[in-house]
Amino acid sequence: MSIAATHGLRARSLVGRGAAGVAVLLVAVLAGVVIGETPLPFSTVAAVFANNLWNAGHPVDPIEAGIIWNYRLPRTLVAAACGAGLALSGVVLQALIRNALADPYLLGVSAGASTGAVAVTIMGVGGGLVGISAGAFGGATLAFLLVVALARAAGGGPAQLVLAGIAGSQLFNALTSFFIAKTANAEQARGIMFWLLGNLSGVRWPDVSLAVPVALAGFIVCLWHMRSMDAFSFGADSAAALGIPVRRVQAVLIGATTLMTASMVSLVGSIGFVGLVIPHATRFLTGPRHGALVPAVALAGPVFLIAADVVSRVLIPGQVVPIGVVTALVGAPGFALILIRNRRRL
Amino acid sequence: MRVSADALGWTAGPRAIVQGVTLEVAPGETLGVVGPNGSGKSTLLRLVAGLLPRATGEVRLDGVPLAALSRREIARRIALVEQQADTAEALSVRDAVELGRTPWLSALAPFGAADAAIVEEAMAAIGISAFAGRPWATLSGGERQRTHIARALAQRPRLLLLDEPTNHLDIHHQLSLLRLVSRLPVTVIVALHDLNQAMGCDRLAVMEGGRLAACGPPAEVLTPARLAAIFRVGATPLRDPADDATQFRFHCLQE
Ligand SMILES: Nc1ncnc2c1ncn2[C@@H]1O[C@H](COP(=O)(O)OP(=O)(O)OP(=O)(O)O)[C@@H](O)[C@H]1O
Ligand SMILES: [Mg+2]
Repeated sequence: MSIAATHGLRARSLVGRGAAGVAVLLVAVLAGVVIGETPLPFSTVAAVFANNLWNAGHPVDPIEAGIIWNYRLPRTLVAAACGAGLALSGVVLQALIRNALADPYLLGVSAGASTGAVAVTIMGVGGGLVGISAGAFGGATLAFLLVVALARAAGGGPAQLVLAGIAGSQLFNALTSFFIAKTANAEQARGIMFWLLGNLSGVRWPDVSLAVPVALAGFIVCLWHMRSMDAFSFGADSAAALGIPVRRVQAVLIGATTLMTASMVSLVGSIGFVGLVIPHATRFLTGPRHGALVPAVALAGPVFLIAADVVSRVLIPGQVVPIGVVTALVGAPGFALILIRNRRRL
Repeated sequence: MRVSADALGWTAGPRAIVQGVTLEVAPGETLGVVGPNGSGKSTLLRLVAGLLPRATGEVRLDGVPLAALSRREIARRIALVEQQADTAEALSVRDAVELGRTPWLSALAPFGAADAAIVEEAMAAIGISAFAGRPWATLSGGERQRTHIARALAQRPRLLLLDEPTNHLDIHHQLSLLRLVSRLPVTVIVALHDLNQAMGCDRLAVMEGGRLAACGPPAEVLTPARLAAIFRVGATPLRDPADDATQFRFHCLQE
């Protein structure tokens, strides 16, 4: 077969794979809506969707309709967006920092976002002019800069970065607790602690309109920079020699990562390990090239987090386990595997 | 491509690493850069590639200042093979060579059949096609080095900067690499440690303590006096009767 024909095939199979990916995503979302404490038949779900999407006027129980349309669907969509956002953040950080352990949670970015969000919510930082998401973005950026500066000052190796991330996470988590202790009443404190562990219970449609556009935009930015991220394989200097405007690409990609992490944390609290385990698991299937990795992660992240959310809802009957607990239960062993696989490189 | 470097300099803190290097390399010429460890060879190559911040002086490519070109435009003209560059990613040899096409690709010009052909050609030229699928971590030092060189060829540059490209290579691959490089229709600046190999360059630049100590045809530049002063070795020139070429036999200087 000629090379040109191979490339024609490649382009066609690309469209095919894109369609398959979207289909898988839709099925996952549907599953997230159907499965729950109150099992709802698929026909009811279909009827509610039809009613809301094109006023089909099927007769449905208004309570069930409410559960499906106002509660489960937004929740599932936000879970999907968070999965994509956090996993893509991991991909970007691992590529740019060239460190297998880079991820928004380990580097303290999530902790910084929590601190920023809490500062705005309960301390009234910004005097009501700054939204929770903006507060989270400020905190996340600050945490990232601090951690990277500390890692550089300590010599800039992979171990230094992880240690700096631990220091940063501890610092920002302590600040969060301090703010809560200082300002919040017992009721607020309980709510915030629950939210900090990662919680999708309160998610409604307005949250979808933040999470989904941010995740989509982040996905497009990552796709646009897939070649740049490949070029970082041999380091930033090598990327520059390959024609990558390193500073600009770093700023755009880190900015996108911080924005994604901050938005997701401000909505659902900090969910660990997604940014670490999903990219590594996906690399087993796609290899390290970002042209394949980025779309695959943008699919695997949402599917994983929707599944985690479903598990968190049905694991203990009558009670919702924080989703961060579920991801950590899967993520910690995954993290251990990555550590073992990388033992010679660190 | 004609390369003119004018008063290139770079300082790290208070220390001048490279100072006042002025060079002119003709189109198609192979310029060797030699000098003891730490004399600034690698830094000079990185200066020519425009990779160092806060550099002084100016580099012009066919009369166009480097500063007037974007990173992508520079990468379409200059390829650099660094002394050492490694990755923890599980890239295959072909993946690594394909990176060389980066400056020629964009969202509107994705990797296509022509790029694939250039990549195959580069791998064939450097003799690595046989292990195109091997992951990076399994490659030997010489195989990695040759992959980097194939990547630089796939970049289709008009100026090739090679920092000790024969490092890790066995003698066969050293010689075939140098022959390949000297036959390429591009301008080449190559840092070398083996002075006998350096004798094969069109001209040599000798670096000492960050300054250009001499520049000219190899036989004129590598005089026994200079070898003693800069490289701290004694040298006996030997003549190969086959082609009348000069090679050195080195020995320690007694203090
Ligand atoms: N980023 C840097 N910061 C401080 N000093 C540096 C930096 N880069 C290089 N140097 C110093 O500059 C000097 C020249 O380095 P360079 O790598 O150019 O030498 P070289 O001639 O290539 O040496 P070698 O033969 O060992 O490859 C060395 O003493 C090195 O320690
Ligand atoms: Mg060097």
